[in-house]
Amino acid sequence: MTSPHVKTAEGYRRISIDPVTRLEGHGKIDIFLDQEGSVAECFFQVPELRGFEKFCEGRPVEELPRITSRICGVCPEAHMMASAKACDAVYGAELPLTARMLRELQYNIFYVTDHATHFYALGGPDFVMGPASDPALRNLIGVIGKVGLEVAGQVIKCRAWGHEAAAIFGGKPVNPVNAIPGGMSKALKPEERARVEEICRFMVEFGIFTLKLLHDVVLANKEYVDLILHGPYYHETYSMGLVDAQNRVNFYDGKVRVVDPEGKELCKYSPPEYMQHIAERVEPWSYLKFPYLKAVGWKGFVAGKDSGVYRATPQSRLNAADGMNSPLAQAAYEEYFETLTGDKSGRKPVHHTLAIHWARCIELLNAAERGLELIRHPEITHPENYRVVCDKTPSEGIGIVEAPRGTLTHHYVTDEKGIVRKANLIVGTTNNHAAICMSIKQAAQGLIKKGVTVTEGILNMVEMAFRAYDPCFGCATHSLPGQMPLTVRIREWDGTVLSEASR
Amino acid sequence: MGANGKLKVGMYWASSCGGCDISLLEIGPRILDLIKVADVVFWPCAADFKYQTVAGYPDGYIDACFYNGGVRNSEQEEIARLLRTKSKTLVAYGACAGDGGIPALANLNTIAAIYDASYHSNPSIENPDRVEPQSHLDTPYGELEIPRFYPAVLRLKDVVEVDYEIPGCPPQADRVWETIQAVVGGAVPPRNHALRVGCADKVVCDECLREKKLKKISQFTRGHLFRPERDWCLLEQGILCMGPATRSGCGALCLKADIRCEGCYGPPANAEDQGTAMIGALGTLLDATTEDRAQELVEQIADPTGTFYRFSFSSSMLKVRK
Repeated sequence: MTSPHVKTAEGYRRISIDPVTRLEGHGKIDIFLDQEGSVAECFFQVPELRGFEKFCEGRPVEELPRITSRICGVCPEAHMMASAKACDAVYGAELPLTARMLRELQYNIFYVTDHATHFYALGGPDFVMGPASDPALRNLIGVIGKVGLEVAGQVIKCRAWGHEAAAIFGGKPVNPVNAIPGGMSKALKPEERARVEEICRFMVEFGIFTLKLLHDVVLANKEYVDLILHGPYYHETYSMGLVDAQNRVNFYDGKVRVVDPEGKELCKYSPPEYMQHIAERVEPWSYLKFPYLKAVGWKGFVAGKDSGVYRATPQSRLNAADGMNSPLAQAAYEEYFETLTGDKSGRKPVHHTLAIHWARCIELLNAAERGLELIRHPEITHPENYRVVCDKTPSEGIGIVEAPRGTLTHHYVTDEKGIVRKANLIVGTTNNHAAICMSIKQAAQGLIKKGVTVTEGILNMVEMAFRAYDPCFGCATHSLPGQMPLTVRIREWDGTVLSEASR
Repeated sequence: MGANGKLKVGMYWASSCGGCDISLLEIGPRILDLIKVADVVFWPCAADFKYQTVAGYPDGYIDACFYNGGVRNSEQEEIARLLRTKSKTLVAYGACAGDGGIPALANLNTIAAIYDASYHSNPSIENPDRVEPQSHLDTPYGELEIPRFYPAVLRLKDVVEVDYEIPGCPPQADRVWETIQAVVGGAVPPRNHALRVGCADKVVCDECLREKKLKKISQFTRGHLFRPERDWCLLEQGILCMGPATRSGCGALCLKADIRCEGCYGPPANAEDQGTAMIGALGTLLDATTEDRAQELVEQIADPTGTFYRFSFSSSMLKVRK
């Protein structure tokens, strides 16, 4: 909580948004206005550190899938899978097909659940209800009122069934525990398979329905299309994403591909090579680091080909890939690029921050289709091949998956007994840290200017800049009745309140 | 209670992962029943109430506030104090608020060592000027603040008076729902310092369906190095399952996935220190008649500290490294 005694330099005013809300994790925004009322500078600060990298040291490496999953209780599967893959590498374990498929299946079902909650409850209300609509209704409750209980019921069902699947695989619906070095802790039984297939079938229908809803509500509305295409939400950055051997998007496995702002491949690397490509910067005003592309270098918080800032979002994954691995998602991919760049091949990247929402819906459908494909594979219920026993001497390993909010890298070094000596983690949202700071500043600069009264609607449009990146637990929003006040005070440099906007 | 007859509830996340917030949603469609009787007045992950708004509430305005996460920095302590003042009932929600949780494993390390890993020595970091986060920083535009990082993870009850605690990482939905129903129906037990609710008074072994053959432990091993027999007690197979020293209530869910109990529901009802409880339990389970043999077996345990206190280091008798 910012102290009321915090000093603002003479000649400037400060707008503090503290804490940033409806965001996964802690954050605050300080916007500094000059005397004209224009934005001079803007800081997005992350006020927290837990130190996982250090206290993973000394732990048996096979425990890390269950320790690091507590980095994020919203996407515990992402950490569990990246960690298990790093453990496989530590032990040099070669996984059987069934084990690999079970991991990818569980991971894709998780993806559907995670993307759905973000689209319907967090990002969606800004569009369904309108960016500057009555804030009391700009949440899932409002959305239910507008689109009906039937849709809400589908969303709740998607979440509930997704978590039921998580529990079938991993015991617990939140923080499942089943990925181990060498595979999974248990086989999928035939009777469980039938239920999971039913869940996947529903999820494909749900994905189709979601994309249709996006078309009807967002893309059919000229104002929204204008906002997406011409609003202060645009950065030409590098794009990062995991791709398979055919350069198609894959969330669980493959190589990390990075393309430049024009779509040209900068690099494509396997997990063990990540350090040649990614470096992390430290700033004194935030606990969170700033990764950037080593080959391009850190040039500050700027976009463009000469800046090492990159993004790792659903949109970035589509940009970095040549297509999708399932038919309906591929059709949606082509439509996405044709609409936004005029070239359905996807060679020309999309850089509109708000269009990340659309890319997320395409990924949702892709994850559902991929899940259905995997659950129907005859080997998925193999009673033995769900794992191998680790029999080699452990040493070092790196595992990478695509978390819903960005490329996730786990790197462990162990002693010969498999006790962790060093752990390095580059986490999903961290990839986007510099870009999120830039997007918030760009939105603030584009919306708050001389002569403009800072209204609640404008503040919400600043918040929309980061909301596009961050899935968060939007689902929670549907439990929020009534007024959701937000108070922003603009203070003179000496601390006197100049104006106050509330909702 | 508000003029509309509804309860006012809040939820806050401190040094936590967000899994507790998600676990509250796990009650599923029952949440529609909840919002008929309760209004949310603070929940940063889901609603746009700012600290200033909460600071403006009258004292005792919030009927029930759930605080998840441990206290790792000055802001989390400040918010804990603010919420204590503004809440009639304050509940420590989840393993981190109650016993420190997994982030409290960092209590084995100094701030300098944590900073060294996070900002200097890890292989992807490029930080030649040895920059570290500063709680106060002057810029040409004004001061910037971030909270002070504490030397250790504290429990909520280390900084404010706590009425109840709900254990678990995260608490399981059915237990959460039972607790909510009790609160709404007024059937809560008398307010008591950090009384544990949303759990049972036995240990996880009592809920576990795996067969106990009453075989003593002849060696400790690790689950990825062999294939444990299905449906047989993992501890008897030599996997260090925390079931005997962990409070029941979860339904032994991890055991259903053939994974040992990690101990997330914290120490049993009558114990404060989970590690001591586990050592006591092992005393009767080891296949050792001599002290030397017992010593030999105990030495096979990889990482006893991090295993016995995986979720409860802030409640342990062990000292914090400063």
